[in-house]
Formats: sequence, C-alpha cells, structure tokens
Amino acid sequence: MSMVVVVDYGMGNLRSVAKAIEHVAPDADVRISSDAAEIAVAERVVVPGQGAMPDCMRELNARGLREAVIRAATEKPFLGICVGLQMLFGHAEEGGVTGLEILPGSIPRFPLAAMVAPDGARLKVPHMGWNRVQQAEAHSLWEGIDDGSRFYFVHSYYVEPLTPDLIAGSTHYGIPFTSAVARANIFAVQFHPEKSAQAGLRLLSNFMRWNP
Amino acid sequence: MLAKRIIPCLDVNAGRVVKGVNFVELRDAGDPVEVARRYDEQGADEITFLDITASSDDRDLILHIIEDVAAQVFIPLTVGGGVRQVEDVRRLLNAGADKVSMNTAAVNNPQLVADASARVGSQCIVVAVDAKQTAPGHWEVFTHGGRKNTGLDAIKWAKKVESLGAGEILLTSMDRDGTKAGFDLHLTRSIADAVGIPVIASGGVGNLQHLADGVTEGRADAVLAASIFHYGEYTVRQAKEFMRSRGIEVRL
Repeated sequence: MSMVVVVDYGMGNLRSVAKAIEHVAPDADVRISSDAAEIAVAERVVVPGQGAMPDCMRELNARGLREAVIRAATEKPFLGICVGLQMLFGHAEEGGVTGLEILPGSIPRFPLAAMVAPDGARLKVPHMGWNRVQQAEAHSLWEGIDDGSRFYFVHSYYVEPLTPDLIAGSTHYGIPFTSAVARANIFAVQFHPEKSAQAGLRLLSNFMRWNP
Repeated sequence: MLAKRIIPCLDVNAGRVVKGVNFVELRDAGDPVEVARRYDEQGADEITFLDITASSDDRDLILHIIEDVAAQVFIPLTVGGGVRQVEDVRRLLNAGADKVSMNTAAVNNPQLVADASARVGSQCIVVAVDAKQTAPGHWEVFTHGGRKNTGLDAIKWAKKVESLGAGEILLTSMDRDGTKAGFDLHLTRSIADAVGIPVIASGGVGNLQHLADGVTEGRADAVLAASIFHYGEYTVRQAKEFMRSRGIEVRL
C-alpha cells in the first residue's frame, strides 16, 4: 500500500489536502505527520502551507522538519502546494526571510503598479479565486487536464524562478507569473488542487500514480 | 484572467439549511452536505455557510457539518456566524473551512481581525459588513441581523478592516436583503473601489441580471446568493452561462 505523508508543521488546512488525496486514492495510506522519521519512510510527500512565509519557515524549523523536507524533495515524489511551493525557493519579499533554496529564484509580492485590469479596474490582492493555468510543457501531473484549466488560487506572493526550465505552468494576473514548477521528482503549484474541484482532484490523482 | 465567482450561501440552523428572509422568517431547504454537493456539481466557485444557530447547545454542530462537507466537496468553504475569538476561527479551519467570516465580533473588538489574521493568515479572514443606507450615498454598519446600528460609516469600516488584515469583505445591503430587488449597486461599487481586497456582493438577488450587475456595475469580485439557487429557480450553471453571455469571465 502506498504511504503518503502530508507534512504538518502547524500551517494550513492539512485536513482538506488529506481528504482530497483519500478521495482520489482510496487505497492509499494517507498520514498527516510532523514526524521526520515518518517523512523519511513515506513513498510520497506533500508539503502544503498557507499564511505568512516567515511563520511557515519558523514553524518548519521549530519542528525540526527542515532537513526531512529538503531530503524528501531530493529523493521522492514531492508535491508542494502554495507556501509549500514558495518555500522551495530563496529570498522572500515577505518578511525578508529565505526559503529552503532547493530551487533557484525568489518570491516577490504582486507589484501594486501592475495590478490593473484591461478595463482599468483595480486588481485585488490577494489574488483570490479561479484562474487559468497555461501548461508550459507536457508533464505526468497535467495528464487528463486541459491546458488553460482553472484552479483555485489565494495568495499575495508568487515565485520567480531564475531558470525558465523550471516553469511547468503560468497564470496571468496583472502580470504573467509562474503557477507551477517541475524538476525531476518535484512538482509544486501555487494554486490549491485540494480546492480546485475536478481539475485539482485529477492533479492529485496523477501525483499519486507518478513515478518520476 | 481571474474569473468572477458565484457563491451560493447556506444559512444553517442547528444542522439544517434554512433561508432567512430579511433574517426573520425561516424555511427549511435541506441537508447541508447534499446541498453543498449539488452546488459543487453545478459549478459553484465556493460555498458559504452562515451559522445562525441561537442555542449554544447546538453550536458545535457546524463543526461536524464542515467536516462532512469538506470530506466530499473539494471547493473553498467559508463559514460565518458566532465567531467570537481566535480559537473559534482555528476550530473552524481545522474542521475543513478555508475562510472564516466575522461580523459583530469584529465590530465589538476590531483587534480580533488583527489577531486572527496574524494567527491564520489574511487569506482566511473575511469580514462581513452589513450596511444600511442612512442618507443618500451614506451607509452605516449594522449588527444583530440589521437591528443594531453601530454608527460606523461602512466605507471607513471596510478600509479599517482591510488595514487590520482582513483578506476579503462580504458586503450585504440590509436594505435589499430578502427583497429580490437586486444588489445595492451604489453601495457595492463604493466599497469595491475603496479597498484593495476582494469584495463579495450580497443581499437582494432576484434574477440573473442582478448577479451580472453586481460585477459590471457594482465591481464586485464575487456575488453571493441564496434563495434563487435554493428553490431551484436557477442553477449556478445557468447563472454562469448568463454572466458569460454578458461578457463576464466565469469558470464554466
């Protein structure tokens, strides 16, 4: 039986992520865990996260999970969600903290000056709601999901990878930004697949069957 | 481009869905899990639960409802009603809510908005603003289902909760709620233009044109309605198809 750990570091709605995975993979052993040893033996690891990046980094470190997450991201199917995507990168504009630096790039805030819709209306931050994701490349996690499908977003910061080959998906909100990244065993998304109805469930289902 | 959201709202009393007409008359309209699932199938972008349970004995029922819904319906869930402290927010989020809405408690203790958003993140904190026109172009904030005037200017209050860390405003016109006469578009636009966070328009929807008007004229980021969906007058999908025919970006 496939064991997947949803990493619990005290930030975010882990229950929804776990329930959504159980829904698409009824035979999987889904565990919400803050135990580094359990993360080490998991077949797959999901790192969710919401709220402020400085809080997320502090809690991750305080629970002694930093190394376990870095290790998981180097050796097994790894899915980052929202702040779980952002923390893979380096410098964050939010609180000036540094992420895990597994992937090269930074985490800026949506620039106020660019937050204008084509009709001149003000674009609100957080970017909250359903937006389109343009798939940059074919990937196992996009299987069965139409290019341009809508996913549910809620965030004020986004990732800016230094190398374009990391980009697996992009979205437009005032500016084009990276909404999914992929490298080897890592796939990470800015949106919330666990809250994105059929498209999100398909992505989670793809993740559970993924053999990078 | 970001889609405008359509949000069915379920009033929940002691574990059952009801619909308030001007917050006084109540009618039973079904089981929360079944109704939520039906709205998800119709393409609802979110679902809002407003817990109007008066009896403290039944208050925790909403937690079980959210747990049940969140295990079966994979779209964002917002819960409001009876939220008084940060611990209430935390418990609702742990049960599976994505956002928690506060109204009276925020008025009585604005620090709650700051404390809650610092604890769980702005994106989880919605402040519900119930506004009533007191003079032309002037609205004040009411609590207790529209019975109590706080004397707060609605636009100033909206800006204040934004500065305190609210991530979204659920704006209800108490003049229009239950009337089916359409949103108070002047109010909606005034608030939507005043703040940099998303605004959900609520109160008064009687037909699909009203929903479209809330977005195009009211400049709302999302529209919320209850009775037009609950009694099968329109499906959420019909609402979205109508909005798209009016040039509004929706998720279909």
